[in-house]
Amino acid sequence: MKGSEVRVEIESKWFGDFQALKNVEFTIKKGEFFSLLGPSGCGKTTLLRMIAGFEEPTKGAIYVDGENVVPLPPNKRPVNTVFQNYALFPHLSVYENVAFPLRLRKDDDKTIKEKVKKYLGMVHLLGHENKKPNQLSGGMKQRVAIARALISEPSVLLLDEPLSALDAKLRQSLLMDLDLLHDQVGITFIYVTHDQSEALSVSDRVAVMSEGRVLQIGSPFEIYEKPADAFVAKFIGETNLMTGWITKKDGDYYTIDSENIGLIQVTSDRHNWTIGQQVVHAIRPEKISITKEKPQDLPPDFNTLHGKVFESIYSGFQSKFYVDPDGPEHLQFKVYKQHENFLERGPDIKWQDEVYLNWDADDGYIVEAVAE
Amino acid sequence: MKKRYGSIYTLPLGVWVTVFFVIPIAIVLVYAFLTKGAYGGVKLPFSLSAFEALFKNSFLIVSLRTLLIAFLSTLITILIALPVSYFLARTKNNTTLLLLVVIPFWVNFLIRIYAWIAILGSEGFINDILRNLGILAPGDSIQFLFNFWTVVIVHVYAFLPYAILPLFSTIEKFDFNLLEAARDLGATHTRSLWSVLLPNIKGGIVTAILFTFIPTLGSYAIPDLVGGTDTAMLGNLIAYNIKTANNWPLASSISLVLTLLTSIGLLVYFFMNRSHSPVALQEEIE
Repeated sequence: MKGSEVRVEIESKWFGDFQALKNVEFTIKKGEFFSLLGPSGCGKTTLLRMIAGFEEPTKGAIYVDGENVVPLPPNKRPVNTVFQNYALFPHLSVYENVAFPLRLRKDDDKTIKEKVKKYLGMVHLLGHENKKPNQLSGGMKQRVAIARALISEPSVLLLDEPLSALDAKLRQSLLMDLDLLHDQVGITFIYVTHDQSEALSVSDRVAVMSEGRVLQIGSPFEIYEKPADAFVAKFIGETNLMTGWITKKDGDYYTIDSENIGLIQVTSDRHNWTIGQQVVHAIRPEKISITKEKPQDLPPDFNTLHGKVFESIYSGFQSKFYVDPDGPEHLQFKVYKQHENFLERGPDIKWQDEVYLNWDADDGYIVEAVAE
Repeated sequence: MKKRYGSIYTLPLGVWVTVFFVIPIAIVLVYAFLTKGAYGGVKLPFSLSAFEALFKNSFLIVSLRTLLIAFLSTLITILIALPVSYFLARTKNNTTLLLLVVIPFWVNFLIRIYAWIAILGSEGFINDILRNLGILAPGDSIQFLFNFWTVVIVHVYAFLPYAILPLFSTIEKFDFNLLEAARDLGATHTRSLWSVLLPNIKGGIVTAILFTFIPTLGSYAIPDLVGGTDTAMLGNLIAYNIKTANNWPLASSISLVLTLLTSIGLLVYFFMNRSHSPVALQEEIE
């Protein structure tokens, strides 16, 4: 593996009296595609800038392959950055932008020419060498920036929301390109984003951050299926969160007396909770099946609710239904239905229809205890 | 077809340029080819005698000195203005600092030059301090005034704001992320300033150079007030020929030389800025 291992041990980072990072500690493996995911202001960019060398931790250290890099200036670190706003040098051509790191190293012209050609080829930009950055589209600019960051063969590539200025289609294709590039060069990628779908689709592991802390580190699958708390559950994908009291535990399931909707069974394979505890529990919208007829012969570990559709959104490959289950208060229960292969007359469930919702208790889980 | 009234809108500008620029230059041009009148003014017939005088050594020395003073003043001004404007552009609450740069404009130009006499003169501020510190004996003084370097220093002082302001406005628009990118890609701090900042603020530097170099070339009051007998510049030579020697054709021909020198500066400016203009860019794309 050509990449480096990056170990972050930051006790604190203060900007004046604002604490941007609190006890952030984790290790990024050699050659891993690692994402820092969180809403704006969560400290992910600060952390990235620290690894790059533009900020110093107030207390803590960052190790690249075991060496503390905090005392090193950015130009001495084996780390290069792809910036959010591309940061291409406007006075230089595409060729000279990409050649910039090699010119600093005083490589000879022949080596420079070969390498620039190789890296421009990797980002599909051959033939644009003589253009100036202001003659390029956003996606092309970002690909120049990526080639420029890779050409000096760093062992870690930092990407600071590299796709956020691009439109959705382009973002998808560049994301694929990035994933392929990662496989090709084999170095460690650290990717900062606030877009959970970006992070989930390409990362080996994701660290979810909020308010200067890391809430959970895990594979995209773990983050999505087993969120560590209500914040992660809500931030990653869509979810229905409910509050209730645990009434009993039998075998693999807890029974929860959930506010407004009654008794719900959830899986008990996560943590140990005590009977009588008030908890937040969740079910993902796509795990619920929605029918107009009351489902027959359901196994005992299925939950069933009856309610009324108060909003339905058809979005091509799926329909989103917002259902208000029977109960004293109006609730918004999100249910996503994937469409069948053959859909003749549009979705058969319409606005104001009475529907039944059911889901396997194994898909529901307790997220966290409600603080007393 | 729509009628085009574009040319009518440019009429006021055309009148303005003609009255205040074309006509005076034309007058100077004609005067330079006339014969000197006995008590000032000019008279016929046409003659080239004013231009013959331009080839005398004394004139060449003054010309070279003027260029040297303008060159040195501009160089020093830019070397001071660059870090100052960089600092201004990177300071968040820079309104007060910018005000301090502009404040000298509120005081009359001549009074500000006289202030330098008060600072550098034999009874001036600096000599007072040196005497009080005992470095100079009472009654002694160092003559700071009336020499070549005083003229340069006061020029630097006078035109510094004109260099700082265009530089500041260019550096303020500069994307400082680019410096971080350069550092990230392996450049030292100095190298990033040299290879990334300077090329991108080239336009501002050229403007600052012109704003210093051109007025210094035509300077008259500064060498007159703080200069000595051997620091006369072209401006002083023109004034001398108008007021004392009554040689208006010669004064006019020197003015033409000065205008020519200035035009060269402007041509350089347009040449260097050509690549930034939208027209040039359009051509590049096509």
